[in-house]
Amino acid sequence: MDLFLQQVLNGLTLGSIYGLVALGLTLVYGILHVPNFAHGALYMVGAYVCYFTMADLGLNYWVAIAAAAVVVAAMSVICERLVFHPLRHAPPIHDKIAAIGILLFLEAVVQMYWGADFRRIASPYNQILQLGGLTLPAQRLLIIVGAFSLMGALHLYLKKTMTGATIVAMAQNREGAFLVGIDANRVAMMTFAIAGALAAVAAGLFAPINLVYPAMGHLVLLKAFVIIILGGMGSIPGAIIGGLIIGFSEALGGFYLSSTYKDVIAFVLLVVILSIKPTGLFTKGVR
Amino acid sequence: MNRAIDFLLGSTMRWLLLALAVIFPLVTDNEYHIYVMALAFIWAIAVYGMNIITGYCGQLNLAHGGFFAIGAYVVAILTVDHGWPFWPAFLAAGLFGAVFGFVVGIVSLRLKEHYFAIFTLCVGYIIYLMIDKWEALTHGSLGIINIAPPEGFGLVDFTQTIPFYYLVLAFLALAIWLTRRISESLLGRTFRAIRISDDLAQSLGINLMRNKVLAFVISTVYAAAAGGLYAGVVRFIGPEEANFIHTFDMIAYLLVGGIGTLMGPLLGTLVITWLTQAVQSLEEYRMIVFGPMLVLLVIFFPRGIVGTFLGWRGRRMARQAPRKTRESRVEQSDPHGADSKEARNNA
Repeated sequence: MDLFLQQVLNGLTLGSIYGLVALGLTLVYGILHVPNFAHGALYMVGAYVCYFTMADLGLNYWVAIAAAAVVVAAMSVICERLVFHPLRHAPPIHDKIAAIGILLFLEAVVQMYWGADFRRIASPYNQILQLGGLTLPAQRLLIIVGAFSLMGALHLYLKKTMTGATIVAMAQNREGAFLVGIDANRVAMMTFAIAGALAAVAAGLFAPINLVYPAMGHLVLLKAFVIIILGGMGSIPGAIIGGLIIGFSEALGGFYLSSTYKDVIAFVLLVVILSIKPTGLFTKGVR
Repeated sequence: MNRAIDFLLGSTMRWLLLALAVIFPLVTDNEYHIYVMALAFIWAIAVYGMNIITGYCGQLNLAHGGFFAIGAYVVAILTVDHGWPFWPAFLAAGLFGAVFGFVVGIVSLRLKEHYFAIFTLCVGYIIYLMIDKWEALTHGSLGIINIAPPEGFGLVDFTQTIPFYYLVLAFLALAIWLTRRISESLLGRTFRAIRISDDLAQSLGINLMRNKVLAFVISTVYAAAAGGLYAGVVRFIGPEEANFIHTFDMIAYLLVGGIGTLMGPLLGTLVITWLTQAVQSLEEYRMIVFGPMLVLLVIFFPRGIVGTFLGWRGRRMARQAPRKTRESRVEQSDPHGADSKEARNNA
């Protein structure tokens, strides 16, 4: 039973990280209807910024995460301005290819400057709490608390503030949002900034128990895509629930089934679900 | 009259290119260049496959590199572990590509647009993970060495670069000929109708699923055949063959040459391969150039070299020709609906 609870804890950790990344992806999809393949690269850049702010500038862990969030949010906005904005009327295949172009570029730049070595961010929180038979590393608790408070903050922002409401309005009905005078450019830039910041914070939180390397974004991005398909593309609660589903199935599957193939589990789940229901689990209507 | 000139121009250009390709090994004595050219031809065959599903039929298949790797691994496993000669293994690779493509197609093509692209991205990753982890079958991350080269039946020796070059050239010519036959047939028009609009095609009585799966299977056979040839010339393969990078390389080749055009895949592959060769130091970091190039291409030249040329010629001929031929001309030479997009932007 303790072992099971331990895996539940691991699943919760993974799920909250995946949920954060998927949230950014689903927000961008809701506004622009672009599957942003560059999102994983933003996540990776966030981890690198975090690493170098700590290692080279010697700054505090939290300052580093904040710096990463700001830098990546700015990059994300630049991508929107330079790439996705000019392509907003193009056939759907084009912005996907452009997003792939950004992804390849960012990865190659990072690899050229910092090499393909694996790096590790030292967590300032190395304590391990014991609760009954459970081992609770402080960093994992931090991830869960941090991720869920961020999700809560995002929820409040979208529901309670005027600027947040414009994002929701545009995701719900583009033409309607224009009619009431919502500035599409501002909303798009804001959405990309939030998405970038979420990815960077997720990377900063997860990096101490994981490694930092140029290809680190691949799997996270793919799983985030699986999550938003499961949860319905553009749906915010769907991204959080989907994140938890994937996190739990990966932790439990990796423990009880096979740790070699644990990365395949998410994709097999996707294949099975889409074979039965081609529009995803929680989508309403036809896409 | 215009149509006749157009026809001559089209087929003469193809014969000219073929003639150039045939004499290429005779004018250069640098064997390395011939080898690079043969490899570029192999990639071009795979890109022709991608052109059918993505260019003609409009479905962005991001698992294409995975099918290439499957073709290579079928040849490698059959020749090394089971002692098959190359040609039966090569046939098996094509067959397996078709069967696996059919299975994946049946599931994935029920999904539209973004869902399909993301789904195939995941399929590509599953293929990579399986090759990397299933050590009993694929030798895992060690890769497979000493793959049998194609037998020459005592006539030629395909371990030599020049005979192999001609073998690959023959397959490439076959691939282009087949693509042209498909493109000009009712089937090709059906694919294009699907690209323009699923709903419209369906209302014309086109069976969407059957045609999409057919386009997908054709494309995976191209990819698997190219992979089989690749295994035969390089004779060492590893899980890296299934890396995303190769799929993205192929997208770059396709876009530079011209998506949905007949000669685009070949021109794009050759141009990028030789540009990369010219700047050897780029090899490892080529994506620093490719990435922004992809972005700039889709923003400014979404139709690539061949598409832009065809569009330019179409407009020029439209100015000269009477109105009636103009309409049919523009429609035919417009590979990706970009004219209607321009019209929309101008409006």
